[in-house]
Amino acid sequence: MISYSFAYRRAKSLTEAEALFANSPEAKFLAGGQTLIPTMKMRLANPPELIDISGLKELSFIRVDGQTLVIGAGTKHHDVAVSAEVMGTIPALAKLAEGIGDPAVRYMGTLGGSLANNDPAADYPAAALALGAAIKTTRRTIAANDFFVGMFSTALEDGEIITEVSFPIPERAAYAKFDNPASRYAMAGVFVAKSKIGVRVVVTGAGPSVFRVPDMESALAKSFTAEAIKCIKIDADGLNSDIHASAEYRAHLVSVMAARAVKAAAA
Amino acid sequence: MAVVTMTVNGKAVSAETEDRTLLVYFLREQLRLTGTHIGCDTSQCGACVVHVDDRAVKSCTMFAVQAEGADVTTIEGLAKDGKLHPVQEAFRENHGLQCGFCTPGMIMTAVDMIRRKPQLDRETIRHELEGNICRCTGYHNIVSSIEDASKRMAGGAK
Repeated sequence: MISYSFAYRRAKSLTEAEALFANSPEAKFLAGGQTLIPTMKMRLANPPELIDISGLKELSFIRVDGQTLVIGAGTKHHDVAVSAEVMGTIPALAKLAEGIGDPAVRYMGTLGGSLANNDPAADYPAAALALGAAIKTTRRTIAANDFFVGMFSTALEDGEIITEVSFPIPERAAYAKFDNPASRYAMAGVFVAKSKIGVRVVVTGAGPSVFRVPDMESALAKSFTAEAIKCIKIDADGLNSDIHASAEYRAHLVSVMAARAVKAAAA
Repeated sequence: MAVVTMTVNGKAVSAETEDRTLLVYFLREQLRLTGTHIGCDTSQCGACVVHVDDRAVKSCTMFAVQAEGADVTTIEGLAKDGKLHPVQEAFRENHGLQCGFCTPGMIMTAVDMIRRKPQLDRETIRHELEGNICRCTGYHNIVSSIEDASKRMAGGAK
């Protein structure tokens, strides 16, 4: 399959990427391309220009700043999965990265691309929201709380590029997902974290965008055990329903994944 | 149109191509390296896996222009001096292919897998193969081939 024609530009810096966009406001930024390119091949997207930011070294790094893990937006899933810094601070995040797509996709796909795309079944948005991440862009810093607006929709403005993401290091965290056996996307994934901001339970794959489960959060704040959330059911109303799973099935999966994540985090 | 220059299997190549040309079409149709296959063409099956700067990626999910300046290895570049790569040899000896269509991608994935994880058990191999589909369902011998190859390579074969 061949995409529509477009003009390819390789940006040598973030400044150049922004300048290129200013001249071509319908352009798309190309990071890992593992969603954008298949979408273009299906001719569901038709950008006149692609601005390639995948080669920008300034976007690819992992560092620990005191109690915060900072990851450059252009960092590949593979590099997060094998990073000693990530495993030493937020091992749940390394494990999450290792479960995205398949090895070839993980060599290309990026943290920033995953957050900016905000696929309803993507993994990283759940971690960002549960850990209370700060998403830094070329223009400002956006709290994860305000970032994920809806299905494939974020607070990013046109031409705004994510540069890095700061994850406060939690006391404990874990991610459990039930992945679609073909695509490896989450049919339901739950990221549980206990940190300075309290306990957060965030669900991906089940609804139009990531969402928190306040009932589970307050129960876990009292007692951080799988037992504490055993009787908490999720309302299937408004959840995704497709050929892979009904809304009721996804609601059930959320409870099961939440219990598994709590068990893993508490271990 | 753009002129793209890269190294493919150790040789410098340069060719004019459309910006929208996928790396797999560039390799197959412009360089006539037809060992890299197009299976699903939707980023699922892994028949098109090649190495770009020593990382195994799906060449149907990357534009040729993105590989400007890169070092690309395809299945044609694995054998050296008429001698099969140990992973190719292991696939041959363990009957790791049935129709053979997925084999180039399987082998390129396997070479990368063994490089990353020298200690491989069968369960890990199956997990690592989740981006490669064999429509003959011949996974059993593919797993055996990779297990055998990783042992040979740990023993010094390169």
